[in-house]
Amino acid sequence: MNRFAQLLDALLLTPSRNGKLRLMKEYFAETTDPERGWALAALTGELSFNEVKPAQIRDLVLSRVDAELFAWSYDFVGDLAETASLIWPVRPGADHVPSLAEIVAELDAATRATAGERLERWLDALDATGRWALLKLITGGLRVGVSARLAKTALAQETHVSLEDVEAVWHGLAPPYGELFAWLDGKGPRPETGSQPTFHPLMLAQPVEEGDLDALDPAAYCAEWKWDGIRVQLVSRGDEKRLYSRSGDDIGGAFPDILDAMPDAVVLDGELLVLRDSEVAPFNDLQQRLNRKVPSAKMLADYPAWVRLYDMLEEGGEDLRPLSFDERRRRLEAWYGAGPRPRLDLSPLVPFSSWDELRALRDGARARGIEGLMLKRGDAPYVTGRPKGPWFKWKRGALTVDTVLMYAQRGHGKRSPFYSDYTFGAWQDGGLVPVGKAYSGFTDEELRRLDRWVREHTVARFGPVREVAPKLVLEIAFDSVHRSTRHKSGLAMRFPRVHRIRWDKPAAEADTVETLERLIT
Amino acid sequence: MIAPLSPHRWLKPTPKGLYCEPGDFFVDPAEPVDRAVITHGHGDHARANNRQVLATRETIAIMRRRLGDEAGGTLQALDYREAIRIGDISLTLIPAGHVLGSAQVVLEHQGCRVVVSGDHKRRPDPTCAAFELARCDLFVTEATFGLPVFRHPPDEQEIAKLLHSMRVFPERAHVIGVYALGKCQRVLALLRRAGYDAPVYLHGALQSLCALYEEHGVALGPLRPATGATREELAGSIVLAPPSALSDVWSRRMPDPVIAIASGWMRVKQRAKQRGVELPLVISDHADWDELDRTISEVEAGEIWVTHGAEEALVRQAHLKGIAARALSLAGFEDEAE
Repeated sequence: MNRFAQLLDALLLTPSRNGKLRLMKEYFAETTDPERGWALAALTGELSFNEVKPAQIRDLVLSRVDAELFAWSYDFVGDLAETASLIWPVRPGADHVPSLAEIVAELDAATRATAGERLERWLDALDATGRWALLKLITGGLRVGVSARLAKTALAQETHVSLEDVEAVWHGLAPPYGELFAWLDGKGPRPETGSQPTFHPLMLAQPVEEGDLDALDPAAYCAEWKWDGIRVQLVSRGDEKRLYSRSGDDIGGAFPDILDAMPDAVVLDGELLVLRDSEVAPFNDLQQRLNRKVPSAKMLADYPAWVRLYDMLEEGGEDLRPLSFDERRRRLEAWYGAGPRPRLDLSPLVPFSSWDELRALRDGARARGIEGLMLKRGDAPYVTGRPKGPWFKWKRGALTVDTVLMYAQRGHGKRSPFYSDYTFGAWQDGGLVPVGKAYSGFTDEELRRLDRWVREHTVARFGPVREVAPKLVLEIAFDSVHRSTRHKSGLAMRFPRVHRIRWDKPAAEADTVETLERLIT
Repeated sequence: MIAPLSPHRWLKPTPKGLYCEPGDFFVDPAEPVDRAVITHGHGDHARANNRQVLATRETIAIMRRRLGDEAGGTLQALDYREAIRIGDISLTLIPAGHVLGSAQVVLEHQGCRVVVSGDHKRRPDPTCAAFELARCDLFVTEATFGLPVFRHPPDEQEIAKLLHSMRVFPERAHVIGVYALGKCQRVLALLRRAGYDAPVYLHGALQSLCALYEEHGVALGPLRPATGATREELAGSIVLAPPSALSDVWSRRMPDPVIAIASGWMRVKQRAKQRGVELPLVISDHADWDELDRTISEVEAGEIWVTHGAEEALVRQAHLKGIAARALSLAGFEDEAE
């Protein structure tokens, strides 16, 4: 584990891509199986531990450290794993430094209760960097500036195998990747993945920028609504069925209603939604389902999940991705019409003849569940990644509201020196009521100015939170606003971000809760 | 228990700084005053243009070097442990272990003793006199690293890390961000102790204080100006520069530099990352959490005042130990500078 911790530490602080590749190559070359395989799984985000939650780590630390001292420290450091690793008061005696393989095996076999006891022992045995790496690993966010692709690039470099080949077999493999390393080292055959229901990396859209459309021929494109759910891929091969998120995570366990209804021998691309009588329910409803690893019968009945289909990548074993969008759409419609397709419906195409007409449609679309439009070139094949040209997303204009900054909190990670998380409020009965939080939308320059403003206008401090004088107006952009029982204002905004900082505007002229209520969809 | 005449009655935090009423002077004032006692030469403690200044000989030399004619009207030097009376106050300076000439101010008035520590550290430093512990009724301390996440490792370990990196990257220049006063000379002295005897290249802003240290008998080994050195000379060498020079054009002339900073803040990886530091060296001239914790016990004071830094946490720690404590939140000190 110490060697892996050193690798993570060096990766975090090494700025150059080549430097990172060199560090990973060295590590893979000098580390044996299965340790390096588990490290690869960690770097590519394939490891997940459910046994230890951040709250449990916090509790563990609080069993040895005063809660107030911990709060001040966390406020300063801005990262739970790093705070815990630095503050941890080691008790002597535990001297067995665990390997990654041991950590994976022991956590896998552990229950919530026993996991805590193991963790405590490991924290005592490791040094501060080792503790940091361990906590990052088990809480699932390494954030050392290495993408899964970069890790695979390091694997393939200077071997007889290309990066494309590694990616092609990747989704059929599981940690600790013994077969893969044997193949890379020239000691084994290419791993077989043919019959696995593997994830097909998605085709993604570029946002429409000012002037983009002027250069494009509207007749070459199809339009469809961009639904406000989460993008998913349904993969069905033989008896195996999988529901993947856009990043390739298998989320089927949370959606048995979809899995049960999944047809045979297809790969489909669509949007996961909660639908009631074909009406898209608010995103919050889908959120209820996403929050549950295993939904209850009541959840399944109250929040029925559907997939609204956009595309078809495979049918009866035939790879449709090289075909044009028009052709794939024809195949999708024919397939959909050929049988009852429970829990699936088709995302309709939106007819139009000019960009102006389409713009009017987009601006008029205030119906629930619509985020905007997708534009897809009729003659474009399905390609992985985010190429510019074939697919565009054209989000509807954001709503905006003027609010007053009420509280600020330090950011996390790189932004931990700054007060960068803002709670803002709207007026109601002469007072301010918090209506949302925003963390983005400002430049680094504006962040420094906001940070200074917060420090100079603090009227009270509650642990890491500063209450500020109600004097600064933030114009907040957001996609939609919904009723919520979890917030004091009774409202929840979707994707709020700082649109403009109104240094000039008196706080009394900010908007009211009532104004926001009129925007509820 | 608080001794006969409570220091609350005669030592007061004010917007200009900590004010001693019976002696009519300020300690490390934030703006010019008639009479100032200066604990050490760092810019946020030794400000320009006070009318009368009292400090150690070394601190006065540093102030003259840095501030020139603005160092103050009259500058009075006091040796360590040499007592002086100011009005109704007895004042002594004792070593604080922070940088050359740094002092704690010991004040005695009507049977009550107060120690104002200034910035301090307890671990040995080859470039300055070691911290001396003085028992007192009221201890006024800094808390720059007053959080339990700050535990500075042994200096030798950090120097070894630097020398290791130099072996791994013999073709690169190691450019280390250091404060001009104290840290620069300490890093040099630690390198020499570790047996590193090659010339070290200095940014122009560091040269005059290195010369001053040498004049005061602190040997720093062979030093060369970085300006004018060839890329071949700099490759494989150590270059010291103020932290502000690391991100500008200056460091870009270096052959593929390994950027390092020597500071207690480097303990936090995300801080190092944010500064673009590839090699963080945790070397600090301030007491770490364990040192602060030990000191507030060992001075056996009935009360602790915390001037700047992570005041709240150190106040909390004092309370947990059953010691009365308060945060002064004095203006003018740079919380996050080192």
